Amino acid sequence: MEALKLSSIKKSFGPFDVLHGIDLTVEDGEFVIFVGPSGCGKSTLLRIIAGLEDATSGAVEIGGERVDTLPPAKRGIAMVFQTYALYPHLTVKGNMSLGLKQAGSAQSEIAERVATASKMLSLDPLLERRPAELSGGQRQRVAIGRALVRKPKLFLFDEPLSNLDAALRVNTRLEIARLHRELSATMIYVTHDQVEAMTLADRIVVMNAGRIEQIGSPMELYNKPANMFVAGFIGSPQMNFLDADALHVTGAKTLGIRPEHMSIDAVAGDLACEVVHIEQLGADTNLYLKSEKIGLLTARLFGEHYHAVGARVFVTFDKSKQHLFGDEGQRIAG
Amino acid sequence: MQTARASLPRAAAAHAVLLAYTLIALFPVFVIVINAFKERRAIFNSPLALPGPETFSTIGFETVMSQGNFLLYFQNSFIVTLVSLFCVLLFGAMAAFALSEYKFRGNLLMGLYLALGIMIPIRLGTVAILQLMVATGLVNTLTALILVYTAQGLPLAIFILSEFMRTVSDDLKNAGRVDGLSEYRIFFTLVLPLVRPAMATVAVFTMIPIWNDLWFPLILAPAESTKTVTLGAQVFIGQFVTNWNAVLAALTLAIIPVLVLYLIFSRQLIRGITAGAVK
Repeated sequence: MEALKLSSIKKSFGPFDVLHGIDLTVEDGEFVIFVGPSGCGKSTLLRIIAGLEDATSGAVEIGGERVDTLPPAKRGIAMVFQTYALYPHLTVKGNMSLGLKQAGSAQSEIAERVATASKMLSLDPLLERRPAELSGGQRQRVAIGRALVRKPKLFLFDEPLSNLDAALRVNTRLEIARLHRELSATMIYVTHDQVEAMTLADRIVVMNAGRIEQIGSPMELYNKPANMFVAGFIGSPQMNFLDADALHVTGAKTLGIRPEHMSIDAVAGDLACEVVHIEQLGADTNLYLKSEKIGLLTARLFGEHYHAVGARVFVTFDKSKQHLFGDEGQRIAG
Repeated sequence: MQTARASLPRAAAAHAVLLAYTLIALFPVFVIVINAFKERRAIFNSPLALPGPETFSTIGFETVMSQGNFLLYFQNSFIVTLVSLFCVLLFGAMAAFALSEYKFRGNLLMGLYLALGIMIPIRLGTVAILQLMVATGLVNTLTALILVYTAQGLPLAIFILSEFMRTVSDDLKNAGRVDGLSEYRIFFTLVLPLVRPAMATVAVFTMIPIWNDLWFPLILAPAESTKTVTLGAQVFIGQFVTNWNAVLAALTLAIIPVLVLYLIFSRQLIRGITAGAVK
């Protein structure tokens, strides 16, 4: 069954068009991530699904039911916010039960659901505390708990990890992945962080300037990006975009090659380059190279490698991993 | 005492300036209070002397208590100030919430219109206000004063509060909406507690001019039953003879309630003024 269906959603703020007709269907139990640079409209789209913002035109269906005119609380959704947004005057327990109380659920049911959620997220020792007495990671767990308690048809996450530090981010990411597995709930998740998108999503929706650039599984996006935007957005360091003419490749304007899909040799190879800068990360090494023929490019080598800045090296592309893009940046082959 | 951030001469200079200012600000109050406890002759002979055993007298307070209805005047002042304050804070905060939270056509214009009152003194409209009050039969009622003071306090309240309301996290309000809270609940239980310091700031700035006002009580409600303290104290100021003991005693008494209210709000006030600056 379809958990969510968006049909030609448009949104404009005055004369500015933020979303230009978004169509999307999300299946039951799917984990879908909207990803894109800031200002691409992904958060606005999420707010339209939640009912916090009205679409200028188009239709939103949740669980097969039109919800355009329903207020957020009646849509069967729960939302987790970037800034946690816990109610400062209520305890953890109060925060988690407020939504159900408003909906008029029975006391016994509220208590039971809060207990289940708090057990899942190990919030039991915190139930009587107020948000001000919690750390950032705990607050975000409470916010997730508040969403769980509502047993929504659709979970909405608005950049939930952006305010956490790196270590907590990884932990909370794992927590969310575990919840998704255990609940098999439908989740929509907005982020600008491609690592979160790649690691959590069943399907990623890449957005740019109010349009969907591509929808696909993480590996589809990585291996077969539909255009140069997606190719450049997914993968770090970014894919190298090289002038096809300069490399004598015909039938395309741009040749794309990921930094990890090339090999470096000190003696012989396809392309002579000079090492401009080297970054040692332990597990891998990033080389910034300059070629007289095609300008700057980045290479990523696995393990430790040592090259002096200014040294001359030769680069060989893995031909099977090359991407070719046409005049408008669209994928041609490769 | 010499550290990277502070030096003795600089600290001393700063404190000297602050002390001088405190003295200048408090001196008139001090003179009023000490003279309130002196005989009439002592007030004129040595106005700056402290009340001694020979000059000490509570004749002023006795006059105030026996003559006129000072308890009633105090009560009137209290009612007018507190009710106006309540209305200003309630309606000001609601208008500020609407202006900062909802996007609607004419939002900016409405904001400017409401702020206009900061620049145009309400006293310019005294004649029109008086006509209005006569027409509605509100002359010589406390309601007239409350309405006027509410109108007078709203512009600044809306201006200050809407700036503060903008700083309240959107996520929090949205979380409330997702949980099914009404806009009123969101306003009263989520937003208002977070702007409490700003409310205290507005309360102090609104309260003091209302308590001290002489103009509108004199024009709109000069009747005996609706006199406020500041107006009541005027009975002791005559064209030819002024009962200084009574005037000073009445003024001394009038300081106390504002002082109490100020102390209530001041803790919050300081947080309001420094909000954002330190965090």
